[in-house]
Amino acid sequence: MKEKTYIEDIDESIYDFRFEEDEEDILGRGIGADLIDEISKEKNDPEWMRAFRQKSLKIFHNTKMPQWGPSIEGLDMDRIVTYIRPKAKMRNKWEDVPEEVKQTFERLGIPQAERESLSGVGAQYDSEIVYHNLRSEVEKLGVVYTDLETAMKDERFSKMIESHFMKLIPPTDHKFAALHGAVWSGGSFVYVPEGVKVEVPLQSYFRLNAESAGQFEHTLIIIEKNSYLHFIEGCSAPKYYAASLHAGCVELYIGEGATLRYSTIENWSKNMYNLNSKRALVEKGGKVEWISGSFGSHVSYLYPTSVLNGEGSTSEFTGITFSGEGQDLDTGAKVIHNAPNTSSYMNTRSISKSGGRNTFRSEVIVKPQAKGSKSSVSCASLMLDSISNSDTIPVMDIRTKDADIGHEAKIGRISDDAVFYLMTRGLSEEEAKALIVSGFCENVSKELPVEYAVEMNNLIRMEMVGSIG
Amino acid sequence: MENILEIKNLHVSVADKEILKGVDMEIKPGETHVLMGPNGAGKSTLGHAIMSDPKYEVTEGELFFDGEDITEEGTDKRAKRGLFLSFQDPIPVPGISLGSFTRSAIEQGGEKHIKLWDFKKKSKEVCAVLNMDESYTERDLNVGFSGGEKKKAEIYQLLMLNPKLAILDETDSGLDVDAVKTVSAGVEEFKKNGGTLLIITHSTRILDNLKVDRTHILVDGKIAKTGGPELVSKINEEGFEEYLKQ
Repeated sequence: MKEKTYIEDIDESIYDFRFEEDEEDILGRGIGADLIDEISKEKNDPEWMRAFRQKSLKIFHNTKMPQWGPSIEGLDMDRIVTYIRPKAKMRNKWEDVPEEVKQTFERLGIPQAERESLSGVGAQYDSEIVYHNLRSEVEKLGVVYTDLETAMKDERFSKMIESHFMKLIPPTDHKFAALHGAVWSGGSFVYVPEGVKVEVPLQSYFRLNAESAGQFEHTLIIIEKNSYLHFIEGCSAPKYYAASLHAGCVELYIGEGATLRYSTIENWSKNMYNLNSKRALVEKGGKVEWISGSFGSHVSYLYPTSVLNGEGSTSEFTGITFSGEGQDLDTGAKVIHNAPNTSSYMNTRSISKSGGRNTFRSEVIVKPQAKGSKSSVSCASLMLDSISNSDTIPVMDIRTKDADIGHEAKIGRISDDAVFYLMTRGLSEEEAKALIVSGFCENVSKELPVEYAVEMNNLIRMEMVGSIG
Repeated sequence: MENILEIKNLHVSVADKEILKGVDMEIKPGETHVLMGPNGAGKSTLGHAIMSDPKYEVTEGELFFDGEDITEEGTDKRAKRGLFLSFQDPIPVPGISLGSFTRSAIEQGGEKHIKLWDFKKKSKEVCAVLNMDESYTERDLNVGFSGGEKKKAEIYQLLMLNPKLAILDETDSGLDVDAVKTVSAGVEEFKKNGGTLLIITHSTRILDNLKVDRTHILVDGKIAKTGGPELVSKINEEGFEEYLKQ
């Protein structure tokens, strides 16, 4: 037997060891099975949902953080635990709302009551009325527009929801989809029967304001054959929540020959991690139109995905992303061509300024059976100064020769000559730049409904000049 | 009468290379001045420096407009005072139409708000002077414009904005006879409204119908000679050789 040599314990602290397993533990700490059960009890979940939440929680604990996009190290999971607790007051105190957010309200001229609601301080009375009016109006058409929790307990829809809920975005998709599956709360359920064309756009803004929810909300929309719906999510006013994570899910089921337009203007306050998942399944001859304006948040991962499952189905994606100081916005879109003669179009503009970072990520997958399909991707990025960044990461996976695929990407910096030229006509530097930027986005913003284009332009102007004209 | 523009001993560098080496000039309201000179003499540099193009650095000298020192002022401030530069090669700006840009420029330039109706009326008149179809103003600013169309668009803005003093930088270059006529008609209209002109050119076609008050010959960054309108025809016949020898 060898002689033992006494060695002092190694002081590991100087190495600051961190183990991945530890990290997972820390992230998951506090989100335990009992907490999830508490949520289920509070919400009076049906048994399948209780089981679903528990299953999702396990997946959450066993899934690693995404390693491929912008850093989400600053995400404070402990804080989030506090806010997913049932009955936890989602309400903030007005004093705690950051000065920057308050100033933006000031500049937008938003009334105090609405400011409080946008900051999660109080619910908005008007919203409730608008929501209820809208709801009863569409009910006459047989359209169901309600919150998901209520619909789940309604025997007319419970089976439908059970067979669609998180089937497009399963909790195994990524860590935050799993988290969503476990803790989701609030959100919208819309059902449009066959042949019904809904003329007024449904706006989740009013619904969510009425509830003061919105961080783990689940949107489930099912529209039947030959129907039409325009659904609008979000608003241009900045939204502030104390818990800095938004991990919502949007699942859209589009029947044969039906068209769903899904518009979003997102302007989360700049402390927010926006890890939202959106997916649409489109049947034969159906169409999904995504319109997406991303202005807010600290970090975003956002890639609305269309699964073109039926022959001749179409996906159109129109997006504008604007990132300023301290923002790292990773946005784009995905399309899976799963059937013959399907078409997809992506048209995006991204702008970065004051050190902001934009990444455009697109993925077009054409399966062997998707013969005769077309895809066209066009993305352009504009950097307003030399400290901002823009990247384009297009991925294409084409498994048939019988497909027409186009891709166009442009990245450029704003031209000093153009700024000078406009200034010789009396525009200030900011005005000149704002004009160039709105011109750059025009191609995309003309696709928007007028009032949306105006909002979008106002946002651009506000980001550029600090005022709205 | 007071000078509307006064340039005193102006030295201008581009990327540390001195282009203007002490230029003096005095322009009175309503006058038409012509700046001629061989290529590379610094004519465009003077135009851009008067508008405070950040690419051009004023290293010495002063600029006065309406009696006020504007040497330190930025481009937009100068434009608001009533200075205008028509570009030799106007920059395309996609997504913004000539008309709506001009309207916002008018609103930026002092007139708080111009009614769409009034704007359209004025625009129609200006288009008529320039022999321009009105649909032209709905096209994206300078995007896909031919050389002649770009110059017309510049003169359109000149007439719409109606500044006090306009610098026309080679507005006639690269144009056919008809286009020169149209542009001249626009410039005459501007003069009729009381406008002051500094015309940078190396040909004289645009000047045929204009009454010139003073002519300046710029050679190697300095004014080699200043004279009356007769200098224009002299240069026409003899070229710049006399001044190059100096």
